[in-house]
Amino acid sequence: MIIPCPYCGDRDHSEFRYGGDASKQRPQHGTGDLRAWHDYVFVFDNPKGPHTEYWQHVLGCRRWFRLNRNTATNETGVLA
Amino acid sequence: MSKHYSAFTLARHALQPDLPWERAWASPEPKKSYDVVIVGGGGHGLATAYYLARNHGIRNVAVIERNYIGSGNVGRNTTLIRSNYMIGGNTAFFEHSLKLWEGLSHELNFNCMVSQRGQIVLAANPVQMDVFARRGNIMRLNGIDAELLDCGDVMKLLPYLDYSKDARWPVCGAIMQPRAGTVRHDAVAWGYARAASDLGVDIIENCEVTGFVIDEGKVSGIETSRGRINAGKVGIAVAGHTSHVAKMAGLRLPVESHILQAFVTEPIKPIVHHVVSWGAELFYLSQSDKGGLVFGAHIDGFNTYTQRGQFPRIQTVAECAVSLMPFISRLRLLRHWGGIQDMTPDGSPFICRTDVRNLYLNGGWCYQGFKATPASGWTYAHTIAHDEEHELNRCFSLDRFAKGRELDEFGLGNWTYKQ
Repeated sequence: MIIPCPYCGDRDHSEFRYGGDASKQRPQHGTGDLRAWHDYVFVFDNPKGPHTEYWQHVLGCRRWFRLNRNTATNETGVLA
Repeated sequence: MSKHYSAFTLARHALQPDLPWERAWASPEPKKSYDVVIVGGGGHGLATAYYLARNHGIRNVAVIERNYIGSGNVGRNTTLIRSNYMIGGNTAFFEHSLKLWEGLSHELNFNCMVSQRGQIVLAANPVQMDVFARRGNIMRLNGIDAELLDCGDVMKLLPYLDYSKDARWPVCGAIMQPRAGTVRHDAVAWGYARAASDLGVDIIENCEVTGFVIDEGKVSGIETSRGRINAGKVGIAVAGHTSHVAKMAGLRLPVESHILQAFVTEPIKPIVHHVVSWGAELFYLSQSDKGGLVFGAHIDGFNTYTQRGQFPRIQTVAECAVSLMPFISRLRLLRHWGGIQDMTPDGSPFICRTDVRNLYLNGGWCYQGFKATPASGWTYAHTIAHDEEHELNRCFSLDRFAKGRELDEFGLGNWTYKQ
């Protein structure tokens, strides 16, 4: 799988670290709602299809960025 | 009712090659209504249907399979069985599973080729041996067989490993579970399907679930590509696609779908007589009856539903294999494939009720779905029949993260595979 790094261009995915679902909204700092924290930490939409996610180019520019990828085909789209 | 298989029937068909074997299970049209509908005709779903009929007398059951029986993960794993677990909640469950494996061929009247060749997990340093000693002690206290082997013992059993000074990972010793081994995975699917069908279960292939009929928080049926099927209770057993199917019922789960790759080399003469495992990259290897070396290791590392693995993982796994067993460096890979598995925060599964009444969940199997098949079906059937978890699967609930009761077998905290 080729991942388009916004700084370095197209690189093999083995140069990157996967950072997980980027569509999640972190609860406000100090939030006491344990259900909101539980859902943020443990629960995933895990869609079969379009997915917005974090990657870090650890063996390159080390930049973190968001990427659109289709989990049913691994096609990567534009940077989100 | 299919005919009983025996040495006699085998001989009769051998002497009369033109005599056709009859179909092993019936292929009925779906009825309008069932007491229980199981979504997913894999090993776990078929086992559940079988034990619902066998243990609980619930025979008005349908198993709905999108594809054909045996087309999913039950035919895409590396066929290992073992019960070398350490923490409460896992030990008794997986030992129950291994005991059911031991009698399964007779139970189902189907040769599942259960081969208890023993699993040897190698240690590369004395600290790992201490950890193995602790694991072995806990296993033995739970009535599970475990033996600690020193380097000399390992050399006798596995003379083909790299014991040289230059070895990347020196072999320090090992822990062995003699009762662990392998099973022919396709036979598990076929055996359970045939036995369940004999007890009156309808196995409906090529029928995809498209939705759940839910009124006031209670499920009363499913929508399928072959029309609506009413059901008193519905059980999901579609590991790999659990999130995808559960979403149709409005459930969001602590699950991510990941790909695990497996590999088979060209066949060679018998040399590996055990299952050999290794801490590095979760590597493990066994030799099939056809002679191919079957091995696998870690997941690729990002969630995906494609059953295609990435090349860097192939290289890593091949490096593991060769550093452990240098003699296989010239073997060619015959096949390699990927299976999609549910990964959960703590690496443990779910067999439980859900927030929707009469809708049950079986999934989140991480690396361990195949070996759990009999106990999974056995306890899931109990959970569905009694609307309550059995003692053996009480810890596999969905609310364990909210309650701080994770089943963290690795002892490394949540999401170990992301660390």
